[in-house]
Amino acid sequence: MHYFTYLTIGAFFGFVMTKSEAVSWYRIQEMFRFESFHMYGIIGTAVIVGAIGIALAKRFDWKAIHGEELRLRPKDFSVPRYLYGGILFGLGWALTGACPGPMFVLLGQGIWLIGAVILSSILGTFTYGVLRDRLPH
Amino acid sequence: MLETISGPWHWSVSGIAIAAVMFMLLYAGKEFGVSSNLRTACTIAGAGRKYPFFDIDWRAQQWNLLFVGGSVFGGFLAYYVFPSPEPVQISSETIDYLRSVGVSAPGEQVGSSYVPAELFALSEFSLATLLTVVVGGFLIGFGARWAGGCTSGHAISGLSNLQLPSLIAVIGFFIGGLAMSWLILPLILQLQ
Repeated sequence: MHYFTYLTIGAFFGFVMTKSEAVSWYRIQEMFRFESFHMYGIIGTAVIVGAIGIALAKRFDWKAIHGEELRLRPKDFSVPRYLYGGILFGLGWALTGACPGPMFVLLGQGIWLIGAVILSSILGTFTYGVLRDRLPH
Repeated sequence: MLETISGPWHWSVSGIAIAAVMFMLLYAGKEFGVSSNLRTACTIAGAGRKYPFFDIDWRAQQWNLLFVGGSVFGGFLAYYVFPSPEPVQISSETIDYLRSVGVSAPGEQVGSSYVPAELFALSEFSLATLLTVVVGGFLIGFGARWAGGCTSGHAISGLSNLQLPSLIAVIGFFIGGLAMSWLILPLILQLQ
């Protein structure tokens, strides 16, 4: 696939994240305070449409563009890594009001301090890689 | 037409569009997951020489870096070229609560209505700002990789594929998010 394809899909994603207001710190606070249906509507619709599409893709054995299998790898089951990692991620998400996708979208909106969030998140990922063997998974 | 594009969009339209992004990437033979790029960034910086977790072929992840680069441009387009006609319309309960902890409502201050000036405006730099960007970012990067994915990888891709681990991760996201929004954030905001 051409480089331009991924740039375009990414640009569409950035546009959608802005117009959905999912990049807004305010929307994330509102979600965690259960004071609006907006974010639940977005995520819920995406998951329902996604689940129907993936079920159809499996049922009818849809292939990717070059005839290869779709990348729908099952995730290894365990509890600690998903729960502990998820909790730390949730703390950061609610504090900054941004998860990894929106961080980059906000950079495009000229929110320069989000650049520090991005750098710090890279440092966090690096620290995980260093400590990985000592953490429960 | 222009008004429809400039938005804000209804949540159902946004949800369908996000699912469409996931399907476009699946059709291209890839998978939707933004936080992987943070690992790739470590690899490009040379972390793979010392730590095996980062010893991956970053070229195989080039498509994802391009996706992220595109999303920066998408944010630019959506904000500067097709600006939303109104500030983010959050509920009045949330506005009242945020005012009570010293955060202005969307659109009350100059600059973006998507994020509060109290935490993101360069002119309002404070201890709260510093904690937000440094600690918040660190938790996102550390937590996402420990959990093996973020909102796109687990909440959208994983739940769509009916993965139980992703459900556990999303429950974790909410435990952390609720603790932050209800308990810790009010304390941090006092540090302004």
